[in-house]
Order: sequence, then structure tokens, then C-alpha cells
Amino acid sequence: MAELAPVAYDSKIEGNVVFTQLDAAMNWMRKNSLWPMPMGLACCAIELMASASSRFDIARFGSEVMRFSPRQSDVMIVAGTVTYKMALAVKRIWDQMPEPKWCIAMGACASSGGMYRSYSVLQGIDHLIPVDVYISGCPPRPEALLEGLMRLQRKIEKEPALYEQKRALLESLPS
Amino acid sequence: MSHSPKAAISSIESHFKVLSKVEFRGETSLTVTADEIARICLFCRDQLGFDYLLDLSGVDQFGEEPRYEVVYELYGMAKGEWLRLKVKVSEDSLDVPTVSTVWATADWHEREAFDMYGIRFKGHPNLVRILMWEGYPFHPLRKDFPLGGKPSDMPDVAFSEAAPLEGGPFVTLGTTATTKDREPRARG
Repeated sequence: MAELAPVAYDSKIEGNVVFTQLDAAMNWMRKNSLWPMPMGLACCAIELMASASSRFDIARFGSEVMRFSPRQSDVMIVAGTVTYKMALAVKRIWDQMPEPKWCIAMGACASSGGMYRSYSVLQGIDHLIPVDVYISGCPPRPEALLEGLMRLQRKIEKEPALYEQKRALLESLPS
Repeated sequence: MSHSPKAAISSIESHFKVLSKVEFRGETSLTVTADEIARICLFCRDQLGFDYLLDLSGVDQFGEEPRYEVVYELYGMAKGEWLRLKVKVSEDSLDVPTVSTVWATADWHEREAFDMYGIRFKGHPNLVRILMWEGYPFHPLRKDFPLGGKPSDMPDVAFSEAAPLEGGPFVTLGTTATTKDREPRARG
């Protein structure tokens, strides 16, 4: 007859204590649950959808929750050609996203205007919003987007999260 | 596959003023006067069976007078007939009667021609820009408009800047040479 495990006390769990820095813990939580704001503007959006579906499965990196509301998202993936007509709308959605937030410029058009050296296309979304990761390709394959996401995770790892969080407070303190 | 609708063309010629008639590879283009275009289109639809407007586009023949053209591609579903009508538009008076009353599909096509070339279609129900935003000061497909665009600004709506051409414009060559020779690159 099998011995019943004790319910209230488990020495195995009790021992599992991890010491870390608060910065590292916060960054670990942030980087593994990056909710994207899918700013799909052209054909790159199709590859973005492909990365979300089963073969490539962006969920492996904690980014499966595509939020179509800027107020619930962490990373804006600008996927496609940003026309001047759309540019201020993209900026406005970016402004509505809460801090901390990051931006991935996916593909040639979002990064630099791409092949559209034209009267109607913004020559790179970095004219309007700060970009963390640029992904080359026209459009980039889903693997490239996942690589970009992993680069962004590596960037987030190194961020002074706590300091950024408290910056306003720290700056207001008398030195 | 298309064949010139001989009967329809002679019928148009007998009822209206045809400025020129060009036949090329079995396709016929009739140039008619701007004043009559709406009546001709109505005639084509009701009497000649051209029930479908395939396309309506503007053309800028920069350097020629009259400078602009509006091209109408007509199609008759029942007979499979195909006809092209052209109207010359002078730069001094950019007015052409609308055909959106004849074919509803002309509505957006005319708005596009207005947006890109500045051709005004008289009697159009809603002649506003369709691609660029309201208040954009230029007509970007005109030949004297730079490829990279011009700066403009409408606060809270949109702005535009001139694109860096970096040695461009990058254009293709109209040649029958190999793809390598034709492909877009900076040409001085």
C-alpha cells in the first residue's frame, strides 16, 4: 500500500528558495511574457501570423498573446509599409501603450521604407518611435521574427529595470 | 481575346464627334470631346450594350498640349466587345463631365484620377481624395512632381517628407535587353 504524501508540508518545496537581484527577477518576468501589439500593415503581417501559428509557435517565447489593444501590450511589432497616411495613427497607438514598452521594426519597409523610395511612404518607423530591434527581409521569415524576439529578450535581460521604474523618484531626490 | 466592335464604332461616329480613331493590334481607341463624354458613355451603355466599365484612368502627357487624358475602358458582357474611349483635358480647364452617373464603379476611379492628377469631374457626387489625405497639397502622379515627394504638414492628420533617393531615381529601362540590363538601378 502506497504511503500518502503529507499535504501541508513538503520538504522538497521548502528547500527551493532562489536568491536573485530584483532587477534580474523583473527582467526575467518581463522578457518571458512579451505581449505583442501586432501592427500589421502589409505582407509582413502574413509572416507575423505564420509565426503565431503552430509550425513556428511564438508561444514558445511567451509572446502568443496578440493584444489588439495597445493598453495591454508590451512590444509593438511594426510589420509592413508605413505610409504617411498611417504614420500618425501608428504613433498614436504607440503613445497609448503603457511603459515599459519595446518596438520591433519587422522587415525592410518598417526599418527604412524598403523599396518604397516614394512620396507616400515614411522612410522607416524610427522617424517617429524608438525601435529596439530591426529585422531584415522582405518579408522576413518567421524564424527571423523569432530571432528578433530572442534578441529583444536578451536586450531586456540587461536593462536596469528597477532604476528605470524609479527614475522619476530618484531624479527628484536631493543629491 | 478581344475584337473591335465595328458596328458600335460606326454608330458612335455617326452620332457624335470623334476627334481621332486609332487601331492597334485589334484594339480601337476613339478620342472624343470632353463635353460629350457623359452622353457618349450613356449611349454606349444603353444602345450599344457596353454594360461594364473595366477601368477609368488619368494620364499626364507632360509637354503635350492638351496635357492630360482620361481613358475609359468599356466592355460589353453579352457580346464580349471591348472599346477604349479617350478624352483630352487641357491644363487650363481641368473639368471633365463625370460618368459615375452611368456606371457607379466610375465613382472611385474618378476620385483616384482627381487625387493623383487633379482632374476635376463635374457632377461627381463626392469628389474628394481617395488615396492621399484631405488637405495634401499636391497631385503626386503628375510628371513634374518629384518621385521622392515633397514635404508637407497637416498637424494631427499627416505629414510627408521628401524621400532620399541616394543617387536615384531607381528606374527600369524600356528595352528588350536581358533582365540584368533592365532592372531598376540609379541612372544618371
